[in-house]
Amino acid sequence: MATEVEAQITGNIWKIERAAGDTLAEGEVILIMESMKMEIPVEAPCGGTLREVRVAEGDAVEEGAILALID
Amino acid sequence: MFKRVLVANRGEIARRVIRGCRELGIEAVAVFSEADAEALHVREADHAVAIGPAAPRDSYLKLDAVLEAARASDADAVHPGYGFLSENADFARAVAAAGLTFVGPAPEAIEAMGHKARARERMEQVGVPVVPGSGLLASEGEAVRAAVAIGYPVMIKAAAGGGGIGMAPAADENALRRALKSARARAESAFGDGSLYLERLVSGARHIEVQIAADRAGHTVHLFERECSLQRRHQKVLEEAPSPAVGPALREALGDAALRAARAINYATVGTVEFLLGADGAFYFMEMNTRLQVEHPVTEATTGIDLVVLQLRLAAGEPLPVEQAAISPRGHALELRVYAENPDKNFLPSPGTIERLRWPEGEGVRVDAGVEEGTVVTPFYDPLLAKLIVSGDRRERSIERALAALECTEIEGVHTNLSLHAEILRDAAFRRGETTTHFLGQLVAARRR
Repeated sequence: MATEVEAQITGNIWKIERAAGDTLAEGEVILIMESMKMEIPVEAPCGGTLREVRVAEGDAVEEGAILALID
Repeated sequence: MFKRVLVANRGEIARRVIRGCRELGIEAVAVFSEADAEALHVREADHAVAIGPAAPRDSYLKLDAVLEAARASDADAVHPGYGFLSENADFARAVAAAGLTFVGPAPEAIEAMGHKARARERMEQVGVPVVPGSGLLASEGEAVRAAVAIGYPVMIKAAAGGGGIGMAPAADENALRRALKSARARAESAFGDGSLYLERLVSGARHIEVQIAADRAGHTVHLFERECSLQRRHQKVLEEAPSPAVGPALREALGDAALRAARAINYATVGTVEFLLGADGAFYFMEMNTRLQVEHPVTEATTGIDLVVLQLRLAAGEPLPVEQAAISPRGHALELRVYAENPDKNFLPSPGTIERLRWPEGEGVRVDAGVEEGTVVTPFYDPLLAKLIVSGDRRERSIERALAALECTEIEGVHTNLSLHAEILRDAAFRRGETTTHFLGQLVAARRR
């Protein structure tokens, strides 16, 4: 069962820091969102392998959107 | 005087500038992005021009689009507000080259203050105190030697910097070596210039700034200080005038230093000189903001001078209408910045639709808002929704009035920092006037516990 990483706010994907297949520790930054001139790092809620990043840099996402999956 | 001014901004400051234009019988032209087609500033202006998509770099920051809007609407001047293109020397130059007046300083003055390390040098030359620090650092080894000479803790700063980018404190050599690399990378990517320098970290400091105004004939006045120590993430949250830490002698010394700074760059409009005030009463030049400040209303409330009207008059070539001796501060004013952010979720931005809105009214209360009921607060722009400016004959009175004003304020649909403001205003240390730049961080940390 994969863990879904959700957007906590509505904003844009500014920078993607990690790629599918990477091993992640809990709390490591997967990507950085941008909203209202603020950078908001999105961290891994648990350790594991990054299965998929569902967004690309520059994408606009809504709060609650699934950004990535961790196995 | 101008016939028509293009207001190259959005939100509360665009509305503020439109009001200033009205006062002088000038027509105002708004610009707007696709996200702001329904915005208040667009409806309130005499004309409005669409300048592009929502993202700032495609609209409000797009020099050509804004300039073309000014030409197409037959404006004779451009007011940049704050942020966006307001401190962009190329924009100021392009406006002048198009035969229009830039309501702000000459491009050379913007550049002189835009490069922080050069500004620091210039200030030292004219006798404005600067924080003990280094020159530009050529290597990590040089940084380490400079830090020993200055004394830890030190602050790393970007030479071309601003907005806190590339800034990092370092308590010792290990921290310095670690922080240098990331600061350089951050400065490189933000400014295209990774040059760094060091300053001594002034502990227990306050952020005090002085409002100045100057005309083209070289006359200068200062309009006293604003206390802006209450900040988070390099963003001001609550400002006041006068500062509870500044007495008459210090006020005069700060004013003199601010005027020396302005004269050194032949400044000829309104502007703000920022200082760090140490616990020992010594103060140091930090930077100069060559534009109208967000917090200008607290100065207006305590001097009776309309800074936007003054700025427009000075841009039109009029002389300063007042002498220093004729300006005296009276009473006290607070500005509470209302941000769309969630204090219970680590102050994450909170875009959304404003479903219900009620602003406070009454004596000593002014609201400069950029939103109304139904406004969609988008993720594209900064989170400032409005400013509550509350004044009284003394500090205690404006604090009480501000608390009452908060009680009457209702905002639904987005999260706001209103509850944080109430906590600040009730805080015993704040009430005693004991506010340093660490105050808000400590208050927020205590709140989490």
